[in-house]
Amino acid sequence: MLELAGVSKHYGAVEALSGVDLVVPAGQTVALIGPSGCGKSTLLRVLSGLVMPDSGRVRLDGQEVTPASAPALRRRLGFVVQGGGLFPHLTARGNVALMPRYLGWTPERVAARLEALVQLTRFPPDGLERYPVQLSGGQRQRVALMRALMLEPDVLLLDEPLGALDPMTRAELQEDLREVFQRLGKTVVLVTHDLAEAAFFSTRLVLLREGRVVQVGSLNELVEKPVDDFVTRFVRAHRTVPVALAMGGA
Amino acid sequence: MGPRGRGVCAPRRGRDVRSLSSLLLLCGLALLAACARDTRPLVVVGSKKFTESVVLGELLTQLAQESGASAVHRAELGGSRILFDALQAGQVDLYPEYTGTLREELLAGEGVRTPAELAAALARRGLRMSAPLGFNNTYAIGVRRETAERLGLRTLTDLARHPELRLGFSNEFMARADGWPALRRRYGLSHADVRGLDHDLAYRGLESGGLDATDLYSTDAEVRRYDLVVLEDDLKHFPDYQAVVLFRADLAARAPAVVAALSRLDGRISEREMVEMNARARLEHEPPGRVAADFLASELGFRAEVREEGWGARVLRATREHLALVGVSLGAAIVVAIPLGVLAARRRRVGQVVLAAVGLVQTVPSLALLVFMIPLLGIGTWPAVVALFLYALLPIVRATHAGLTGLPADVREAAEALGLPPGARLRLVELPMASGAILSGIKTSAVITVGTATLGALIGAGGYGQPILTGIRLADVGLILEGAVPAAVLALAAQGVFELAERWLVPRGLRLGGAER
Ligand SMILES: Nc1ncnc2c1ncn2[C@@H]1O[C@H](COP(=O)(O)OP(=O)(O)OP(=O)(O)O)[C@@H](O)[C@H]1O
Ligand SMILES: [Mg+2]
Repeated sequence: MLELAGVSKHYGAVEALSGVDLVVPAGQTVALIGPSGCGKSTLLRVLSGLVMPDSGRVRLDGQEVTPASAPALRRRLGFVVQGGGLFPHLTARGNVALMPRYLGWTPERVAARLEALVQLTRFPPDGLERYPVQLSGGQRQRVALMRALMLEPDVLLLDEPLGALDPMTRAELQEDLREVFQRLGKTVVLVTHDLAEAAFFSTRLVLLREGRVVQVGSLNELVEKPVDDFVTRFVRAHRTVPVALAMGGA
Repeated sequence: MGPRGRGVCAPRRGRDVRSLSSLLLLCGLALLAACARDTRPLVVVGSKKFTESVVLGELLTQLAQESGASAVHRAELGGSRILFDALQAGQVDLYPEYTGTLREELLAGEGVRTPAELAAALARRGLRMSAPLGFNNTYAIGVRRETAERLGLRTLTDLARHPELRLGFSNEFMARADGWPALRRRYGLSHADVRGLDHDLAYRGLESGGLDATDLYSTDAEVRRYDLVVLEDDLKHFPDYQAVVLFRADLAARAPAVVAALSRLDGRISEREMVEMNARARLEHEPPGRVAADFLASELGFRAEVREEGWGARVLRATREHLALVGVSLGAAIVVAIPLGVLAARRRRVGQVVLAAVGLVQTVPSLALLVFMIPLLGIGTWPAVVALFLYALLPIVRATHAGLTGLPADVREAAEALGLPPGARLRLVELPMASGAILSGIKTSAVITVGTATLGALIGAGGYGQPILTGIRLADVGLILEGAVPAAVLALAAQGVFELAERWLVPRGLRLGGAER
């Protein structure tokens, strides 16, 4: 279970997060949405202890995230950072296996785990020996996902894991991802700025604006019962596609 | 951990350290071997970087050898200040000097006038001075022999009686307060045709008959080359620049025979003889060792053994010395600069201080840095190595810093988010990714070091700078090229080696670049 209580973080004059309260029960998927610069990435960084909040508390399964506890807790989190963050000097296999090798896993164990992940994420096995520059955008996203899943974390933090893909590949990856979440029963926080995608993954959307949580609810609730004008405008900006999805996904 | 996961840095860094330490070990052993062989007292003779000093240095070396010492000649060690400091520091035991230089330059401000005062000032520094060798190398006026004989000119007073003569002086001599203006007043010279011009042009003017007289140093090889008569300074206007031998007072205890032998040179070298020796060495390019040996044979009647190094052996030795200078200083710089660069990238404040400090070193002119090293480390290889090391730091520190701070933010964040501790992030992700930048920094340092190391010869470190220095002294282009060409080749080779290393050290995924994206 993830808990944020009254979390604030500012960079100079910018309030990246201000007074954010959020609870994500174990096994649930939550989608963070909001316009660019509203604090989505900052929220994930605070959750993972990469950034310490100015005030408020962050807890993971009841344990407080502090500078001292963060490094150990981080190994129980799978984090796909915005942009993927693949290591260009390592092959796909090198990227995924970096951490278990560092932790001293046997080669057999690494290989077995990789095998399972390649199947789970439907990554072409011959791509494992290629470097990131030699992979397609979709393949790179799958590598980033495998790397995050490698140590079998309880919690997944995904920062726009499907950014910058063509609609076909994106749809295909969305299906694959949703299946992975359902199959593994992880606690997931997924960032997207796309309402349709958020609704596809979760019935619990968290809409952020300028560091504050504006509304939490299903897509239907956002459409039917917006708390303010901003929610209406945000939803309207996505009008064309969500109509169909609101019927199927919510 | 498998071989792949370990990244590229760890094992190779190890290899660098190993080869450096074995190089240091080798140097140490060579030094020990050199020290262990000989039981004769070791006497180090120094000389400045002009021909007369080198010839006299050879002469002293052969004389010391003859007196039963094991003498080495550290030839062409830059200027007076370097020699004087090296003598006081005990890096050199004796070298030829001029009383005028001592009074006006080295002991300036101490108001040394009389010979007794001079001896006392030297004694305070643990130094002593021989009796004058016989010649006075000072400013003088040279006249074409034909003119001098026709008019019966012997002294400067004679010159004053012939105001119709055309005089051409070097610009420096015209400008110096103790040059032409003072000379004219002292002797009441009323010549109308007096020109300031380049020294080479003045000689050419004498040769063609367009000029009658010029300023020169009384033992210049040009006196013989242009067949000039040096007019006697009968009113003693010019300061005395009597040649003497400066030596450490403790030499009398360590090698008494050598100090005793110095007296055999008392007043033995006349101006004419020195001009002759300078001309042979400078104009005919005879090895200074042979010129000195011939003088000793005819004056003191002993046959000194002259070692003459062939062209091949000379280049080989210079190459060995140069490689050692560059190898040790660059190796040490790599070992120190990469951690400094990492520190600078990790801590902003410290980083600024480190970058400023290594940058500051770079602003010190290389010659000045070399000279600063002498009081600390003396002369020879080590001060040169330390100076080169300091110069080699900046490009590597800066490249490491830039390489690390320039990494994409998402990659750095991903490494941290994975849960890798800082050391592992550096070793497995950041350094391998910055390896291209770091290597190009090292490449820059290597090329700079190869070039700068040629200056090492000025403080006795040898290398390719030695033939260049001798070549400049003798105006011998061939000799200059003998140092300059291999130095350029070595710089290119260093560049090539690091380009190969790039292929081998920089991870393939980075070298693929965008081509296959
Ligand atoms: N390290 C930082 N230094 C200064 N300002 C920062 C830093 N990180 C984030 N910010 C600021 O905090 C605010 C929130 O940034 P954040 O990255 O969380 O936005 P986001 O919602 O993820 O945006 P996007 O959808 O564009 O990725 C922005 O105004 C950003 O400029
Ligand atoms: Mg973001």
